[in-house]
Amino acid sequence: MQHYAWNWGILVTQPYVFWILSGLLWTMLVALAGWVLALALGSILGVARTVPNRVVRALAAAYVEYFRNVPLLVQIFLWYFVLPELLPEGAGRWLKRDLPNAEFWTAVLSLGTYTACRVGETLRAGIESISRGQTSAGLSSGLTMAQVYGYILLPVAYRVTVPALTSEFINIFKNSALALTIGVLELTSRTRQIAEFTYNAIELFTCATVIYALISLVVTYAMRIAESRARLPGMIASQPTDA
Amino acid sequence: MIAIDKVSKWYGRTQVLADCTTAVARGEVVVVCGPSGSGKSTLIKCVNGLEPFQQGSITVDGVSVGDKATKLAKLRARIGMVFQSFELYPHMTATENITLAPIKVLGRDRVEAVARAHALLERVGMREFADRYPANLSGGQQQRVAIARALAMEPIAMLFDEPTSALDPETITEVLDAMMALAQDGMTMIVVTHEMGFASKVAHRVVFMDGGRIVEDAPKAEFFDRPHSPRAQAFLSKILRH
Repeated sequence: MQHYAWNWGILVTQPYVFWILSGLLWTMLVALAGWVLALALGSILGVARTVPNRVVRALAAAYVEYFRNVPLLVQIFLWYFVLPELLPEGAGRWLKRDLPNAEFWTAVLSLGTYTACRVGETLRAGIESISRGQTSAGLSSGLTMAQVYGYILLPVAYRVTVPALTSEFINIFKNSALALTIGVLELTSRTRQIAEFTYNAIELFTCATVIYALISLVVTYAMRIAESRARLPGMIASQPTDA
Repeated sequence: MIAIDKVSKWYGRTQVLADCTTAVARGEVVVVCGPSGSGKSTLIKCVNGLEPFQQGSITVDGVSVGDKATKLAKLRARIGMVFQSFELYPHMTATENITLAPIKVLGRDRVEAVARAHALLERVGMREFADRYPANLSGGQQQRVAIARALAMEPIAMLFDEPTSALDPETITEVLDAMMALAQDGMTMIVVTHEMGFASKVAHRVVFMDGGRIVEDAPKAEFFDRPHSPRAQAFLSKILRH
């Protein structure tokens, strides 16, 4: 430690500062694209886990059990290294060689499909927390089951699960660091790369830590505001009541 | 208009409805009463297909409820239902609660639907609460909005499942008044309730259930003055004692 050459200036030195910024950009892209997939697929899973049809419920449960119980890193490797070998030759080669930004899309797919199972479970819990009478009320007014989900169950489920969904978003954001294992030049990967060139590992990883923590904090705070807007009227001291 | 013929229903091995037969004519108000667990709620939930039944048949305006070919959503759109615990949608205002089904099921224009919702709220004395959320309404107010919501579909009949059981005594009257006005307008109604005062004033007929069976099905006067079955006699003597 006594021979460590401190140099905080490295963080603002060219070209490293741009490497860090471009790493951050890729981190955000992977996290956001993965989140879009996770939310869409997770909503379908959350619904599928609660519908009356047994076969649909079982399929959704199988999805959740697989994605929840296999390590995320293994899932990433399966998508990246194993899937192309299992596909017909043409498709496999296209994935390995011709698809632009293959690492990026693989990272989005792995993180998205994994996080979807967690979003799905969260939404399932949200839907199950709603009284069955709500479904009866919807159905008795002539709505179809799909309309009951679309207009009543899901809108309420999203609102009551905002805090849990926020922590899932923060998870996918942090888990995006695993994308470095298949060659995505995201924040962690760039940090390591610069540290190897400059030997200033302490400064660089401190910088990465602060960036990750700061963004998570900002997201948490922003979602807290969003939550109070979306909160169901009358639930836990939401808006000033005038009744 | 509503014909219930030899309906039986089981939950697993437990029989909850046994050979229930009754009919409700157009414009008739039928009160269904009986001890809890006697199958009253289950029976009226069979009428709009919210609960399936294994034997017998129910027809509403000539449409068979149990028939697999029947489009249940279409049938339900024509039968209004009011629940014990109101079941207003918590994320929607009173008006939005009322306009949801007319817009999404009947394809009504939004402006027209809102105007009609306001007229219905007026009818149940809730016009000034049109933009309130359910959480900011009392139980009786919520139930009146729920009645307006059911009426918005212009139903041919209304089902009430213990509409006042979750209300405190002071607000029961406001809901019963709204129901009474509805009955006087000639609405066909099946009402599951313990409110014998309402039954004696508004009902044309009273159906008494016990253990999943209809043990008494009589015109109002006959039911209150000369109940046939000992079970109904015991029930009435207990409920009317105070």
